[in-house]
Amino acid sequence: MNSNIWLLTFADAISIATTLILASLGAILTERSGVINLGVEGMLLMGAVTGFLVADSSGSLWLALFVAVLVGVALASVHAALTVGLRANQIVSGLAMVIFATGLSQFIGKPIEGDPLPVLIRPIDFGALSDTPFFGPVVFGHDLFTYLTWVLVAAASFYMHRTRPGLLLRATGDAPATVDAQGGSVARIRWVHTVVGGALMTFAGAWYMFARSAAWNQSATTNGIGWIALALVVFASWRPIRAIGGAVLFGFSLQVPFTLQAEQIRILPPTILAMFPYLITLAVLVALSTPRARRLLGAPKMLGQPFVRDER
Amino acid sequence: MANLAVVTSVAGSSSSSRTSQPALEARGVTKRFPGVVANDAVDFDLARGEVHTLLGENGAGKSTLASVLCGLYRPEEGQVLRNGAEIRLNSPRDGLAHGIAMVHQHFRLVDRFTVAENVVLGHKSLSFVLATNDIEDRVAAITQEFGLPLNPRAVVGDLSAGERQRVEIVKALYQGAEVLLLDEPTALLAPPEVENLFVTVRAMTHTGKSVVFVSHKLGEVVDISDRITVMRGGKVTGSVRRGEADVRKLAELMVGREINIVPRRAKSPMSDVLLSVSQVHLERDGAEILSDINLDVRAGEIVGVAGVAGNGQRDLAEVIAGLQTPQQGNVTVCGTPTARSGALGARRAGLAYVPEDRLGTGLAPAMSIVDNMVLTRERGFLVDRKSALAESEQFIRQLEIKTPGPLTPTRKLSGGNAQKVLLARELFAVSGARVLVVCSPTRGLDVGAVEAVHALLDEARDAGKAILMVSEDLDEVMTLADRVMVLYRGKITLEQPGTHADLERVGRAMAGIAS
Repeated sequence: MNSNIWLLTFADAISIATTLILASLGAILTERSGVINLGVEGMLLMGAVTGFLVADSSGSLWLALFVAVLVGVALASVHAALTVGLRANQIVSGLAMVIFATGLSQFIGKPIEGDPLPVLIRPIDFGALSDTPFFGPVVFGHDLFTYLTWVLVAAASFYMHRTRPGLLLRATGDAPATVDAQGGSVARIRWVHTVVGGALMTFAGAWYMFARSAAWNQSATTNGIGWIALALVVFASWRPIRAIGGAVLFGFSLQVPFTLQAEQIRILPPTILAMFPYLITLAVLVALSTPRARRLLGAPKMLGQPFVRDER
Repeated sequence: MANLAVVTSVAGSSSSSRTSQPALEARGVTKRFPGVVANDAVDFDLARGEVHTLLGENGAGKSTLASVLCGLYRPEEGQVLRNGAEIRLNSPRDGLAHGIAMVHQHFRLVDRFTVAENVVLGHKSLSFVLATNDIEDRVAAITQEFGLPLNPRAVVGDLSAGERQRVEIVKALYQGAEVLLLDEPTALLAPPEVENLFVTVRAMTHTGKSVVFVSHKLGEVVDISDRITVMRGGKVTGSVRRGEADVRKLAELMVGREINIVPRRAKSPMSDVLLSVSQVHLERDGAEILSDINLDVRAGEIVGVAGVAGNGQRDLAEVIAGLQTPQQGNVTVCGTPTARSGALGARRAGLAYVPEDRLGTGLAPAMSIVDNMVLTRERGFLVDRKSALAESEQFIRQLEIKTPGPLTPTRKLSGGNAQKVLLARELFAVSGARVLVVCSPTRGLDVGAVEAVHALLDEARDAGKAILMVSEDLDEVMTLADRVMVLYRGKITLEQPGTHADLERVGRAMAGIAS
């Protein structure tokens, strides 16, 4: 067996993990404030398709990414307005978001279906470093945004655990009444983190479009990665750093079927293998549904609960 | 009733009072809520270095006054003055800015945070990046100065009620509070923890801080207070200084009439054992909740189970009610073993159950009194509303339940009236129920309602029911029970006849001190 192909699979897993990390980081920030946004898959699609459309008409990758972020801000604002402002059911709003965003992305993406990508995100050329055994492809084979994502994770972790607003964020997910009693604004904290989280999600979608896809392929473009990102949040116990490991693991399991197929190894039909990440996702989400598991896994205590000040 | 002389402007006794003005004062404060005047032109003042207790029953308006003083509520009329100057408080944050902090009865802490993180949460002048070590050092310094033993790095979720309260107090002190309002600070504490709290309160007043102690527990406030102001029905009924405090007098001021502290005991001889619990052992998540519980309740007897909340009392009641299945042991209701037959099995054997959460668990809040009455009946497919209606009307008359009618949803009833409905259903409407398990039957009720509920339980006992009463209110247990048991960490650590119960020993047992 060719060991090189497994190395490349691993390198690919790290690359694909970037989307997962960005999307789950967005979900972690959102959920730590006590808001659950189930719309991740839809947000990824909207980021991807609007990125494509903007790049197609302007030719600018940077403008495309910028617009994708704005779309995330807009969509997440709707979710925040419904769940934080109007205290609507977060699950219902999140599912509505998936359906709406998936439908809208297919509608506006219809004309560009199958078109070649107008711009690409390419790996940085590290010259000779890329040829180092192992480290070459694994460490020096990625694009700028992958490296920035790693930095972002470290920054988010520092923000959450070592800064004043981070302290308030964690408190808001666990004990909003306490934050309220201290004079903090639960609504504002939830709004801000839901919106920033949403921006990360659509950015993740746009990155996936330009770095990992061949073409816009309607809802098959992201292929359920958004749902995996949601499961990853649980896997990472709502901690940014831990999301990296989980993302690489999931990325690997997403990549393995292709590698096996290329190597003509037939253990199981590739379609069965391709199911695994989703099965794991399903298992994680089922496990999360019991209160005891939520406690053990470290879910924010008031996740999904609208905050209403206790008045006499 | 004639008010006792209301004493004003007491200079701080030993501590140097820089000013003769009170540290905090309320003048003519009126606060209304829909349907009630919670504070009616209340005057109150607090000297520097003083402990001033606000004493009163539930609903007397003392917590409301404290909430006005800390900025949580805005009064409709009247003024709040700090060191003689009027201040306007729009939020607790404004209160803090004037050095006034309130420690609420229900702690407002983040369980997953450390002590230090909880203390600094929401502190205004916190740097963007947290200097964790500095914060921990400052917290440790405060805990030492005021005798509040705490590890700044401990996770709050692992702490006891007393320790959590210390975190709240440290938080207030960290934020620079000079006036502390403690709302029912002893409600969740075991006796030794209460002693600890008193030490801290004295340490605080010694450094010139002032404390308002809000309580309804007559006995304990006499020790700690420099002054006691009694409230009833939103008004101040009297104020006494240290040394003048006479428990009987205070009780009268609180209740507004000579209170009947005559204990109610079984009048008729007890007969057969109707409820029997033997060698019950309950574990949850690997932790031992109940161990080796043995008890019998006879017809015509009330057995009272006392204990500080969280020592397994509720679990014991739920095991008997069939809501939890013990790993070992038996429960027998009227001769039928029920430990493993669920809630329905226990009911069929003749058990009635009044849970602590009367409105959520005991009754269906959105349904009418009539529908709640027929809810626990099993016989027949169709509901006989006509007879249920007649029955409900009869109970409403008999028990003086205040409601527009039997079709009123139970959520619209006051706590006392909801409890009467629940008791009526469990005691009389359930055919054949001879055993009653009742949890905290008077929690949150006003004095009149407490009396009515006690009378009902007494009546049921005379009618030959076997009653197991679980209550955190020791006075209640002492008043009603023919036998008193204390649960501590899932074990029965003390059993005494109600008529000869030694209050001190019971208190020690509740605190886990073997006597």
